[in-house]
Amino acid sequence: MDRSTPASLYNAQFMDHVAHPDYKYQMDDPTYTHYGVNPSCGDELTFSVKIGDDGRIEEAAYQGHGCAVSQASADMMSDLMVDKTPQEAIELCKLFGRMVRGEETDDSKLAALDEAASLKDVSHMPARVKCAELAWRTLEEMLENGSGEPGSTATASCTMPPHTHDGQE
Amino acid sequence: MLTTQQLADIEQNPYKADFPLLAQNPDLTFLDSAATAQRPEVVLDAERTFYTTMNANPLRGLYRLSVEATEAIDEARKTIARFIGAVDEKGDPQGNQIVFTRNASESLNLVARTLGPKVVLGPDDEVVISIMEHHSNLIPWQQLCRATGAKLTYLRLDDDFRITPEEVAAKIGPHTKIVSVTQVSNVLGVQNDVKAIAQRAHEVGAYMVVDGAQSVPHVPVNVRDLDCDLMAFSAHKLGGPMGIGVLWGKSEVLDAMPPFLTGGEMIDSVTETDAVWAPVPQKFEAGTQDAAGSFATKAAIDYLASKDMAKLEARERELATYLTDRLNDLPYVDVIGPKDGSRHVSAVAFNVRGVHPHDVASILDMSNVCIRAGHHCAQPLLNYLEVENRATCRASVAFYNDKADIDRLVEGLDKVWSIFGGAVDTKEA
Repeated sequence: MDRSTPASLYNAQFMDHVAHPDYKYQMDDPTYTHYGVNPSCGDELTFSVKIGDDGRIEEAAYQGHGCAVSQASADMMSDLMVDKTPQEAIELCKLFGRMVRGEETDDSKLAALDEAASLKDVSHMPARVKCAELAWRTLEEMLENGSGEPGSTATASCTMPPHTHDGQE
Repeated sequence: MLTTQQLADIEQNPYKADFPLLAQNPDLTFLDSAATAQRPEVVLDAERTFYTTMNANPLRGLYRLSVEATEAIDEARKTIARFIGAVDEKGDPQGNQIVFTRNASESLNLVARTLGPKVVLGPDDEVVISIMEHHSNLIPWQQLCRATGAKLTYLRLDDDFRITPEEVAAKIGPHTKIVSVTQVSNVLGVQNDVKAIAQRAHEVGAYMVVDGAQSVPHVPVNVRDLDCDLMAFSAHKLGGPMGIGVLWGKSEVLDAMPPFLTGGEMIDSVTETDAVWAPVPQKFEAGTQDAAGSFATKAAIDYLASKDMAKLEARERELATYLTDRLNDLPYVDVIGPKDGSRHVSAVAFNVRGVHPHDVASILDMSNVCIRAGHHCAQPLLNYLEVENRATCRASVAFYNDKADIDRLVEGLDKVWSIFGGAVDTKEA
C-alpha cells in the first residue's frame, strides 16, 4: 500500500506557518473582507485585503480556525499575494486550484506559487483538497465579486459546496 | 485495566489470516471497523458461489435455479433472524420478519416513511430520538416531523455519557408516538439501555425503533428480550457485503405498515387501477434484490457463529479497553466519552489537544494507520458536546485487530505530537 499520505506534507516549513503565522490578524480598514467555510470540516476563515493606490494588494491578512492544512495554506497565500494585482491574484488562485486537484503538475509553472507550491502533495489526498483550497477560493471569490468597486467593503458569506462527505457510514 | 492473561490474549491473532485484505497488507493498521468491517474470505467465496452455482432471478422463476436462489435468500433471512433472536416460542427463526434493504439508512428511511403515515403524526405528537444518533437515525425523523408538524424531542446525556432513567421518563410521555434510539453510539461507543427505553415507549403506547448498526456486529442482540418493534442494521459492518441492509420488525408492525417502494416483486396482483401487496417481507422489497449479497450476509453470520460470537465479543471488549487505556495514558490526548474502557463497544473517540482531527488522521495515514476523523455523521452530538472544531478522531476495533494494531496507533499519535506538540497552543492543558 503506497497510497498513504505523503510524509513530506507536514514539514518544518509548513509547521512554521502553523505555529507562527505572519498574516493571521485583524486588519484595520480593509478594502475587502470575505468569509469562507468548509461546513463538513469546520474550517473557517475571514480573509481581508487592502488595495493600495497603485491598484496592487498592499496588505493581506486572515483570521479563523481549522485544520493545519487550511491555516498554513492561508498563511502561504497571504505572503504570496502582497504586491500582486487583483487579476494576478485571481490567476494564482486558479493555478493553486489546478495544482491541488492534480490538473497542473508542471513544477516550472507551479513555481509562480512560491512556497505554496509545497502543498502539491495535497493532490494525492482528495479528502484534504477542500482544506488547502479554502483560502484561495475565498480570495478568488472576493476579488471576482468585489474588485469592480474598490473602496467598498464587500463582506459576504459564502458556503462552499461539500465536496466530500466524511463520516459516511 | 487488562490482566496479564488478557494482554497475552490480544497479542495473539488467530483471525487475521481469514481476512484477505488484512493478510495481504501486514503493515496496514485498520481501526475503522465502525465505518465498515473487513470481510472474511468465506464471504467473498459466497458471493462467487451464488453467481457460479445458483444465479437466477429469485421469487418468480419456476425452474430449479430460480427456486434455489429463492431458497438461498430465505435461508439467509432465517440465519439473520436467529442471529438477532427473532425466534418464536419454539425457538424457530422468523425469516419473514427480515426485510432486505440497501443499508441501515434505507431501513430507517423505510420506517420513517411508512410507520410515520400509519401513526398519522400531528402537531400534538412527538417523536423521541437521542442526541447521539447517527444522521441516518436523525434526518428521517427530523424531516418527518417537519412535514407533519410533530415535535422532535432529544434524549440528552448526563456528564457520564448516559441517558438516565429520569431523562427517559421525562422525555417519553403521553404525546410520544415513536421512539427511535441507537443501541450503541457510533461516536462514543457507549451502549444505551434500549430495553428500558422500549419499556417506557410501550407504557405510553409508542413504537420503539432501534438502530442496531453498531450493536449487532459487536454485542449479542436479542430483539425478543429487548422487546423493540423494529430494528435496523447493515451487513457490511459485520463482515458481509456492502449494499445489504436489514430491517427486522414484529410481524404485526410490519404487516400494518404500507409499502415503501412499489413495483415488481412486491405485489400479489395488479389491475389497471389497484394493486394488492405481497405479504411481508416481499411487500417491502420492490425490484430484484441483491440475492448474492443476502447469501453472502448469511456466510458472514455463519463465520461469526463458527468463531463463537461470545468469544469475539469478549476479545473486542479487551481490545476496546486496551485502546482506551493507552489513549488515557497519553498526556496530550483527550478521550471524548467514558474513560472506562469497558464501557466502549468497539469505538473510542478522542482528540489530540489543539490538533485538528483531519491532520491527525492524515499523519496517521503516513504510518498506514486508518482511523476516522470528522463529525462521524453525528453533528448534533458534537455540537452538544461542544468539542473543539466540532470533530473528533475515532478508532474502532473488531476481533481481527490485535494489541500491535493499537500500539501502532499510539506510535502514530506520538508522531503527530512530535510534529505538532511545539506548535499548538496548550493553554487548555
